[in-house]
Amino acid sequence: MPFQPVILLTDALFFLLTAAIIIFVWVAKNRPHLRRPWMEVLTRTTGVVSLTVILFYYSIAILDSLHFHPKLDRSQNSEHQYSSEILSVLDVLMTPMRTQVEKTFSAPLATQYLAKEMVQYEDGSVDMQYKRLDYGGSHLQNSATEKKADLLLLLLKGTVVAVIMWALVWVFIAFLLRKPWQLSIAQCISRIVRNDTVIPFRAVAITTGILILLVAIAAFVGSKYHLFGTDKVGQDVFYQAVKSIRTGILIGSLTTLVMLPLAITLGAMAGYFKGWVDDVIQYIYTTLNSIPNVLLIAAAVLLLQVYMSNNAENFDSLTARADLRLLFLCLILGITSWTGLCRLLRAETFKLREMEYIQAARTVGLKNITILSRHVMPNFMHIVIINIAIDFSGLVLAEAVLSYINIGVDPTMNSWGNMINQARLEMARDPLVWWSLTAAFVFMFTLVLFANLFADVVRDALDPRVSNHSK
Amino acid sequence: MIAYIIRRALYAIPILIGVNIITFVLFFVVNSPDDVAKLHLGQKHITTQQIEDWKRERGYHLPLFINGERQGVEKFSETIFFQKSFKLFLFDFGSSDSGRDIGYDISNRMWPSLAISIPQLLVGLLVTISFALLIAFFRATYIDYWAVVICVALMSISALFYIIGGQFIVGKLLKVVPISGYDTDLHAFKFLILPVLIGVIGGLGSGTRWYRTIFLEEVSKDYVRTARAKGISEQLVLFRHVLRNALIPILTGVVVILPTLFIGSLLTESFFGIPGLGSYTIDAINRQDFAIVRSMVFLGSVLYIIGLLLTDISYTLVDPRIRFS
Repeated sequence: MPFQPVILLTDALFFLLTAAIIIFVWVAKNRPHLRRPWMEVLTRTTGVVSLTVILFYYSIAILDSLHFHPKLDRSQNSEHQYSSEILSVLDVLMTPMRTQVEKTFSAPLATQYLAKEMVQYEDGSVDMQYKRLDYGGSHLQNSATEKKADLLLLLLKGTVVAVIMWALVWVFIAFLLRKPWQLSIAQCISRIVRNDTVIPFRAVAITTGILILLVAIAAFVGSKYHLFGTDKVGQDVFYQAVKSIRTGILIGSLTTLVMLPLAITLGAMAGYFKGWVDDVIQYIYTTLNSIPNVLLIAAAVLLLQVYMSNNAENFDSLTARADLRLLFLCLILGITSWTGLCRLLRAETFKLREMEYIQAARTVGLKNITILSRHVMPNFMHIVIINIAIDFSGLVLAEAVLSYINIGVDPTMNSWGNMINQARLEMARDPLVWWSLTAAFVFMFTLVLFANLFADVVRDALDPRVSNHSK
Repeated sequence: MIAYIIRRALYAIPILIGVNIITFVLFFVVNSPDDVAKLHLGQKHITTQQIEDWKRERGYHLPLFINGERQGVEKFSETIFFQKSFKLFLFDFGSSDSGRDIGYDISNRMWPSLAISIPQLLVGLLVTISFALLIAFFRATYIDYWAVVICVALMSISALFYIIGGQFIVGKLLKVVPISGYDTDLHAFKFLILPVLIGVIGGLGSGTRWYRTIFLEEVSKDYVRTARAKGISEQLVLFRHVLRNALIPILTGVVVILPTLFIGSLLTESFFGIPGLGSYTIDAINRQDFAIVRSMVFLGSVLYIIGLLLTDISYTLVDPRIRFS
């Protein structure tokens, strides 16, 4: 085998979550009452567009979660057949950007380093000049005159490839749609173009068009230049920003995985059983809530650091160590954030348990656990889903802030917070190093903005109060 | 009314005990003082004697719960639990791991925090409420739609970018005010403008959107329709009826954060070099000074609980029905 797969803890949980989402979609497809609100989300332009963007980010995170040990070249040494380095599929796809490391700062699309360096000539004279980069634009003979034409050519190539791919994708989608719509492929396409569809496919087509275009241009230009420049140690900033997607998505989604069981079971129990169970659960969440979140996270992460430095031998690789810290961060974020949802669910269960159908279920003699799981929980799931959607963007933002205070993810891990943290120190430099911040800003803002917009649409569609209001 | 407040205040005691137990478990049971000492002294070449000395200097050499070597009350008072955790109830924070008196530091450092957080809250409220009222006036028009979109966009920008961007544009490009630092007395004013401004802008998106929802909920109520039916102009309806009634949920929502104003903002203070409690906490986290972090956890919880209490009281003041239920 040319590689040896590695499944990190966070990978496993992330795949589990993805499987759960797929199962949910599959189940919901055939149940009208679950299908209806989601169809409403899909019929809104904002809904499908933001879903497309989020899925794009999500798939990058998945690609970046498929880890493996690459095989080493010298195969005669059978004991060390695999490198100890852990790579992901995304790393392989972005290989030129990952491996072409310069020596230090360079501006976006530059062919020279940012600062002048001393050069010694053969005759012994010394001069200060801008040195050419080792990789960025190194294929050019004369960087000053050829760069513009070369960039335009790469841009053109990228656009052509993007247009072809985009056309192929949408012809294929039209091909898939021809059966349910009972039209020919050409008619399907014209219907999409006229925006004469229930789900606004035209908006999706435009969004995917933009995304494919960006990816293609990044692939073409990024293989020869550094799109967002390089950082202090010469790493490609664009590569870092893309790698940070996995961290952001994982923090947003795995935290939910930790939080949900706590919030759902405790919230339902407090509301359903009332009495001392309610008192205990209320006491637990008020106490946890009263500790300022940042401080609780700081305390927990500090303690993890103490634990890790005292048990360093248990963590075989830096990646495993960073991975455990990420998981721990999700865990602690989950512990600090379940209380809000728990309170909402408790209040909802209070209302539900007085409903006639629940009283009927009790009269018939159903067990409490059956009533809770069959009759109570399905009826507050909309609150859960709305909350997941709303919390997601907040968690992505929280990661950046926590990493800035050094209590976020491991400093060696790629994350937007770490990028900002490192770039902040460079703001005082002259000439200004702005690209790390800009890259982190663009990637983070896009994800959070579309997550926020999606959360709004989901809330409008799922919350019965809101939808009754607007109709 | 007074009985109600006392009853609510008594609820706070078990919660504080809970907080105390959580911090105690986190700081002393999960990782023993030995581990912390090792972390501070560095990993290699440390003797048990050095660890003992480090612990003795800071009072971590005592047993956790029961001191078998002492007699009487001292059996319980000469323990880590009593010295480090129980004394927090008396607001006796002890000294930090670097030997400074935490209580003194806190009482000094809360003023700069307040100097930023109070103007930030007041100006922020004024601006967001005005914007939200304006949007409510143009409700269900394109202005409303785009205002909400802009709010969502503003919300999607990390606080870090507001601070870095603001520092860069106002402080470095325009050179209007100093980028960071602090001064005593009135000289502090010029250092405060930028952090307050950035704090207000940073909270604009979420605040405006939230207050807009409150206003819209109020606008759709029956008494507003009655007022309009009487022929009162739209402006008057908004200012005299909607604003006044919407202020009730808005202000009761603000009450809960009043006590936490003392702590200030971690990010703002550390970015702008303001010697408040926020930067104190961040420094402690970075220096891994567990004594300060522990004190701040406790102080933060106390302030939060006071906030809850104030909220309850303000509700009873606003809505007499709660008092009698």
